[in-house]
Formats: sequence, C-alpha cells, structure tokens
Amino acid sequence: MAAQAPEASLLEVRHLSTNFVSDEGVFRAVEDLSFHLKKGESMGLVGESGCGKTTAMLSLLRLLPAAGRIVAGEVLLEGRDLMELDEAEMRAVRWRSMSMIFQGAMNALNPVRPVGDQIGEALVVHDLAPSLKAATPRVTELLEMVGIPGSRQSQFPHQYSGGMRQRAMIAMALACSPQIVIADEPTTALDVMIQAQILELLERLQRELGLAVILVTHDLSVVAELCHRVLVMYGGVLAEYSDVDSIFNEPLHPYTRRLLEAFPDLSRLEGKLVSIPGHPPRLNKLPPGCRFAPRCPEAFERCRVEQPGVRQVRPGHWVTCHLMEESAPNAHG
Amino acid sequence: MRQRLVRWRQNLASFGKTLVRSRMGLVGLTMLTVAIAAAVLAPWIAPYDPRASIRVSIEDIYARPSSGHWLGTDDGGKDVFSAFVYGSRVSLIVGFAASMISMLIGGTVGLVAGFYGGRIGNFLMRLTDIFLVIPDLPLMIVIVAIVGPSLWNIIFVIGILGWTGTARIVRAQALSLKERQFVTRARALGAGNFYILRRHIFPLVLPLMVANTVLVISLSILEESTLSFLGLGDPTTLSWGGMLNFAFTRGAISAGAWWALVAPGLGIVWVVLACTLVGNTLEEAFNPRLQSHHLQGEDKMVVRRGPAQAAEE
Repeated sequence: MAAQAPEASLLEVRHLSTNFVSDEGVFRAVEDLSFHLKKGESMGLVGESGCGKTTAMLSLLRLLPAAGRIVAGEVLLEGRDLMELDEAEMRAVRWRSMSMIFQGAMNALNPVRPVGDQIGEALVVHDLAPSLKAATPRVTELLEMVGIPGSRQSQFPHQYSGGMRQRAMIAMALACSPQIVIADEPTTALDVMIQAQILELLERLQRELGLAVILVTHDLSVVAELCHRVLVMYGGVLAEYSDVDSIFNEPLHPYTRRLLEAFPDLSRLEGKLVSIPGHPPRLNKLPPGCRFAPRCPEAFERCRVEQPGVRQVRPGHWVTCHLMEESAPNAHG
Repeated sequence: MRQRLVRWRQNLASFGKTLVRSRMGLVGLTMLTVAIAAAVLAPWIAPYDPRASIRVSIEDIYARPSSGHWLGTDDGGKDVFSAFVYGSRVSLIVGFAASMISMLIGGTVGLVAGFYGGRIGNFLMRLTDIFLVIPDLPLMIVIVAIVGPSLWNIIFVIGILGWTGTARIVRAQALSLKERQFVTRARALGAGNFYILRRHIFPLVLPLMVANTVLVISLSILEESTLSFLGLGDPTTLSWGGMLNFAFTRGAISAGAWWALVAPGLGIVWVVLACTLVGNTLEEAFNPRLQSHHLQGEDKMVVRRGPAQAAEE
C-alpha cells in the first residue's frame, strides 16, 4: 500500500466531481474520480468521446468553461489542495507545476502572433524572463529540444505544419519546467507517421526531464506503449484503474474487456471488427444503477438499481463493478 | 527589432496590395488624399483669405463665377472657392477627432463588455442600447445649445454620441474570441484577464476597430455639417455646413446663386464618399469573410487551353 501514501504521490486526486449546469439540467460529467501520480510516472486516461476525460483534466487546472462546477473532491499537488487556492495562487500553479498540451494545436495558438512569442509568453507571465525579447534564448532552446530550428520562432502558426505546431505546443508546455504535463489527445488529427514522432518525442522528454505525464487518449495502443498506469473512464466515472499490464492482460471491468476486444488484431486478418453495441449514457439522464449497465452483457439485477462504488480488488487495482463483489468477496481487505 | 521592421513592411505591402486590387478603395483613398491635401495646403490654394475684411460693392454680392472668383461670391461678397477650401479643414478635423473619441469609448466599452461579460457587460450593453435609441440629432442640438457651439464642443458631442456601433461590433468580436482555445491556453499558462485582453484579444479586434472608425469619420462629418447647417456650428470658423446655412438663409436660392450651394454640398459628398469607400475596403481587407472570391472568380477558375479537350471525352 506504499503507493497510496500521500508523500510518495506528486499529484493525488480524491473523489473529484464536476458538473455542468445548464437549462437542460445538471450534467454529471465527472463523478468520484480518484487517482494518483508519482514523479516521473505516466498515466493513460482512456475512454470514449464525451466520457469526461478532458473535463476531468480541465478541473485539475480549474479551467472549466463558464457552466462547469467542481462540486466535490480534492486535488492535492504535493499535499496542497488546489481547490482551496485563490485565483492568483492558482495562476502561479498553472504551467509552473502543471502544464497542458491542448487538443488541436492550431486552435491553441493565436493566429496573429509569432509562435516564439507565444512560447516566451509563459516565461514572461511567470517572471522567468523580463520581456519577450529576453526570453528568446530559452525559446530557442525549447524549440530545438522538440526538433524545430530556433530561427523559426518568428514565424506564425500558419507557416508551421501540423506536426510542427504540435511540437511547438509541447515546447510551450515545457517552458516553465513543470513537474506534470497533461497531454490532451496530442496526436489527434495528425497522420500516423507524425503521431509516432510526437509520441516518441513525448517519451524521450519524459525520460530526460523526469516529467509526470497524463496522456488523455482513446487510442489503446498509445497507452500500452507509453504509460505505466491506465485509468479507464466510462460515462464520467472511473471504470478501472491499474497498472498497464493488469489492464491489458487481466482486465476485470466488462467495459475494459469490451474495449480491448474492440481493438482490431492485425495478426488475425479474417477477424471481424467488434464494437460495443449501444451508446454512452447522456450525462443529464443517467441510468439509476451502474452507468454501463444498459450496454453490459454481464449485467444482472443489482446493476440496474444500485450504483457500484470504486473498489480496490487487489493492491493497486481499482474497479467499479458489482461483479467484483459477487465473484471475489475475499478481495475486500 | 529588424525582424519586426521587416514584418511591418510586409504587412504594409500586403495591405497596399489589397487596397490597390480593390478599385473602390483606391478611388476612395485618392479622394481622401485630395481632401487632406486641400485642407493642409489651404493658404496656398485659396486665392483669398476668407477671414480678411474686404470692401464690398453691390455687384460683388452673389457674383457669378468668373476668372477672379472661380466659384463666384457669397452673400458677403467673399470668394466661395476660398471659403470652400478652408472649410475642408473643419470637416476633416471634426471627422477625425470625433471618430477618435468614438473609437476610444466604443472600443473600451465593447472590449470590457465582451470579454468580462456578466453584470458589468450587461450594464455596459444596456447603456449602449440607451445611447442607440436616443435620437442623436435633437440631443446634439440640446447639448450644443447648452455648452455653446465651439469647434471642440461639437467634436466632443459628436464623439460621445457616435460610439455605439463600434462598441457592438467590438463586443461581438471579443465575445467570440474569448471562447477560442488559445485563450484557454493562455489562461492555462497562468495569464491573467488583463494580460489576455491586451495580448490576445486586442490585436485581433484592432483591425476591425480601425475599419469601423473610418466609417464613423464619414458619419461625424455629416453630423457636423448638419449641426452647422442648423446654425449650431462654430461661428468663428466657416465649415461646409455653415456655408450651406448662410447660403440657404440669406437668399442664395432666390438670387439664383447655385454656386454658393453646390460647392459645399459636393464637398461634403466628396469626403463622406471617400471615407465610406476606404472604410469598406479596410473592412474587407481585415475581415476576409466579407470577400466572396469563390463567386467572383468563376471565369478564371479553369485555365486549361481550349474547351475542345473536355468535349473529346
């Protein structure tokens, strides 16, 4: 149980819940999410589109859109609860301790300002450089770290290729030497070759700089390659959370199993593509029981009426499923 | 620094290209340049000093255009052409200064309302609505009557009543910009509201503001002319509106002295048209969505030689 001790964790999230409040009701986008991250560790956050991955990550930085409300939980960064900081203290945490690589680099860059200025901006905002001009050497260093010639820092985002923009975003995320980098689907909208380059780059930087990385993705192969631990989310809740080997070799949650089955196996070419029938639940009309119950082939009566809680079935392996209680009652304790 | 300079020059060059490509913009710019040149060089262009006191005989009043007086004389026997040239100064000063005030107020109100939103934004937009529904002209007349008709008072009055359009355009733009992801990114970076406003929102709003301001110039000039025509102009300087007022109230029409009316009237049209053309072109250059090349360029889209090639298949 040493992994759970707070002093060993760089980041510890406990029972985080985030809602979106709108005219159509309350959308429970993230509910009771707990996980922890050690120095230099990388965690994969996996789930279907709209299952609350990005919302959970934005909650960590307290950057939700106007309708978002963090209603419960703690986010402990080196023992300090980020939810209790005032706005100025939070600004100091952002990027310095925890930075983010955004989904779709074109949108995350201001089209009318040179890329180098936007990277230098992080240094100026955090008083690591007195001016954008003084930040130039560091910006050059950062760009070269991700394989972009420093001379291109005066160019605009539209003069970069898609892969370069994503690499520039990575350089930007590293500007203030943070301990944690959240990579929100860093490879979507890039072709396979560039994807591989970006992932390789991330892996190298993680190793060299000792970064803790949270990789948000729906690509399981990426997770298998890059991450130490995996958190599978379904409909806003934690479905299964464990180290990468357990998830891939002995998945316990029916959703994780279906997800892995749905992944095409290239060694069996005659195999048909498998999918999970049904749709993810609408977050303002959640089923009364388990959120996965309507699509779960193994669901039984209890699943439809009672929400399962997060259970630790083995040291370091958490699952949210009634089956775990039925089949392995001895795991408790 | 050098790079900045190069970039500036590139921007200027591409802006120039857009302007030249648009014939309307070029015409407008030429017209505006002529007007500004006339205003600046008035003492050298005008054959007489309109302020000098002269001795008048009866034949000099509403005298027809002649070689001595290209546009005839007015009710006081003074040269219409000289007054016309000097009058351009008033129109342009009022136009530019008043629209500067409008841009400052409208830009600030729009940025704050759009970016911060909430209660402040609501309050500012309701204030804008109030200014929008008040009929400008009667209010202007009242204010000028109270504060007195000096040149700067007129500029001030036109300025504080003309910012509503700018405010709404800037607000709309700021509203849409603040939802863009690079703003979230800047916030994740640890940037505060004011920083984001200054470095990310403002540079993207500015071109729109400039284009809008040029359009406001023409409105301001029209409003100044209206006030002067109604006799509320600065009595110490003769503007085109003032010339029209004098001609209209002092019998130019019954005397058949069309020159005293046509010259200042055309002057107003000239400057207003110039500003509108330039403003529209700027708007088009800064807001590419207003362009519709895909509709205009149809005939140039296919450039293969000879239609026979296609017909063969």
